[in-house]
Amino acid sequence: MTTTLALILRRMGAAVLTLLLVSLVVFTISSLLPGDAAQETLGQSATPEAVAALRAQLGLNEPAPLRYIHWLGGLVTGDPGRSMANDLPVRELIASRLPKSLLLAGLTAAVSVPLALAIGILSAMFRGSILDRALNVATLSMVAVPEFLVATIAVLVFAVKLRWLPSLTLVPEDATLGEMLRAYALPVMTLCFVIVAQMARMTRAAVIDQLSQPYVEMAVLKGVSPTRVALTHALPNAIGPIVNAVALSLSYLLGGAIIVETIFNYPGIASLMVDAVTSRDMPLLQACAMIFCSAYLLLVLIADVCAILANPRLRGQ
Amino acid sequence: MTEAVVPAAATPPAKPGVVVRAARFWRSLSLSGRVGLALVAFWVATAVVGPLLAPYEVGAIVAPDVFEGFSAAHPLGSDYLGRDVLSRVLSGARYTVGLALAAAVLASTTGTALALFAAVSGRWIDEALSRVMDAFISIPSKVLALVMVAAFGSSIPLLLVIAAVTYVPGAYRIARSMAVNLNEMDYVQAARARGEGRFYLARAEILPNMIHPMLADFGLRFVFVVLLLSGLSFLGLGVQPPNADLGSLVRENTSGLGDGALAVLAPALAIATLTIGVNLLIDALPGRARRIQGEA
Repeated sequence: MTTTLALILRRMGAAVLTLLLVSLVVFTISSLLPGDAAQETLGQSATPEAVAALRAQLGLNEPAPLRYIHWLGGLVTGDPGRSMANDLPVRELIASRLPKSLLLAGLTAAVSVPLALAIGILSAMFRGSILDRALNVATLSMVAVPEFLVATIAVLVFAVKLRWLPSLTLVPEDATLGEMLRAYALPVMTLCFVIVAQMARMTRAAVIDQLSQPYVEMAVLKGVSPTRVALTHALPNAIGPIVNAVALSLSYLLGGAIIVETIFNYPGIASLMVDAVTSRDMPLLQACAMIFCSAYLLLVLIADVCAILANPRLRGQ
Repeated sequence: MTEAVVPAAATPPAKPGVVVRAARFWRSLSLSGRVGLALVAFWVATAVVGPLLAPYEVGAIVAPDVFEGFSAAHPLGSDYLGRDVLSRVLSGARYTVGLALAAAVLASTTGTALALFAAVSGRWIDEALSRVMDAFISIPSKVLALVMVAAFGSSIPLLLVIAAVTYVPGAYRIARSMAVNLNEMDYVQAARARGEGRFYLARAEILPNMIHPMLADFGLRFVFVVLLLSGLSFLGLGVQPPNADLGSLVRENTSGLGDGALAVLAPALAIATLTIGVNLLIDALPGRARRIQGEA
């Protein structure tokens, strides 16, 4: 058990190290820009003196490594600077948006995980059948369809033609549960569409991997019914790989959220980031990008740890 | 001077012609693979010759009304300014397919070249390169692309480079894992023992044995780039007007969505059929290296 713990701690250490490298990449790319933040803020007509003063105030005269260390220190202590577009602290902007994004992600996970598991296990149980092949082509196509297309078509069908659901996610403060669910239905549906396919394919692969093991053959030979084999013999052993698949698939949610939040005008952190790109608000953009990368690394880490816990052979490495 | 005749007569007849091999390849594909191949061939042909067939000037306002439906003059109707949708989709397909092909080629070749370099070079170079690539892989591709767009802007050459940079690390990781394994093979060790240089080892011994999986991976990169760039264009951060790829066409016509206008449905369907086609084709390839694992 101690070796497992040591291995997990080592993975966590590696994740922190990677996050550090990621911050270096994000900082380097975003401060390579030819323009100058001070000039950009004040506009073309600013006097050279004003620009120089602001530059000193923003610390732009410091060498890049020093600026990186300041920025990193600010991130770690929870003060990633001030937004250039509206001069609010980046922390406040993010704090007002982050819970909304987490809510959207949580709802999506709650809907998509059971659905994907059902599809994946079903097609693994009946592999090679018409059902399996149909699901294969369907999920393969779903993986290939861009999110904005799904969103556009969902709006066309459910909001415009059928008029069942609102096309913008504007939830009033005193909304009832029903109103809230209706408002969230379209964005959640779009995000699910994107990740269910991914998750179902990986679940299928994990269960099939177990079904080809000798102990399953043994169970089949002694006359256990196929449903029982899949659910009580194969599934418990496939849990580890499945949780791994779920965590990895949920990381694709991050990319999907960028498009979906923008389309549905959802006040989350991804639409904040797109706004930051449009207004070239670098401090805000850097902070948002780091949040996305941390979330991604966290999900990959969870997937990794689950794989280690589920497969004792990995512990020996 | 009979020498000139001899080689011609001695050419081995063993290698079947292109047509025969193409037919054999077609027969080896499943039904969904054939559908995929047909879709891919259609869109590549459209990207090459499409704009020549366009009935109207791409930017010209030619229809009497906006968001028209089918008509003989405008088979796909008109867009939000009264431009011919068919002409715009034909030209948009050239941007989407052309940019994605160029970016995917750039990403795959760079990734493969770096992986070969890492495999035949010493441990330190391999370690350093792999760490940097790991850091890039840990940034979700859309986030990385958005940061680069904010920093550098989104002219067409920049978009090409941004898309390529975004997908180099993925290609590198796959190519490196293959190259490192191949590097340990006996025949590579034998070549090394007889004193071949690193470049020769990479090009003549390792590369030929990883080219097929890398081609399948190239198809995946292509799909990723199409999704990434059309997503960026849809957000208004990709291809800028007056140029328009398929994603921009969906964006500029969203106001017609309420009427179910062809102007917004046609480019949307075009993207979907293109990416689904490539995915179906790769999935049907014999001995494909790995399952589709999106990196969206």
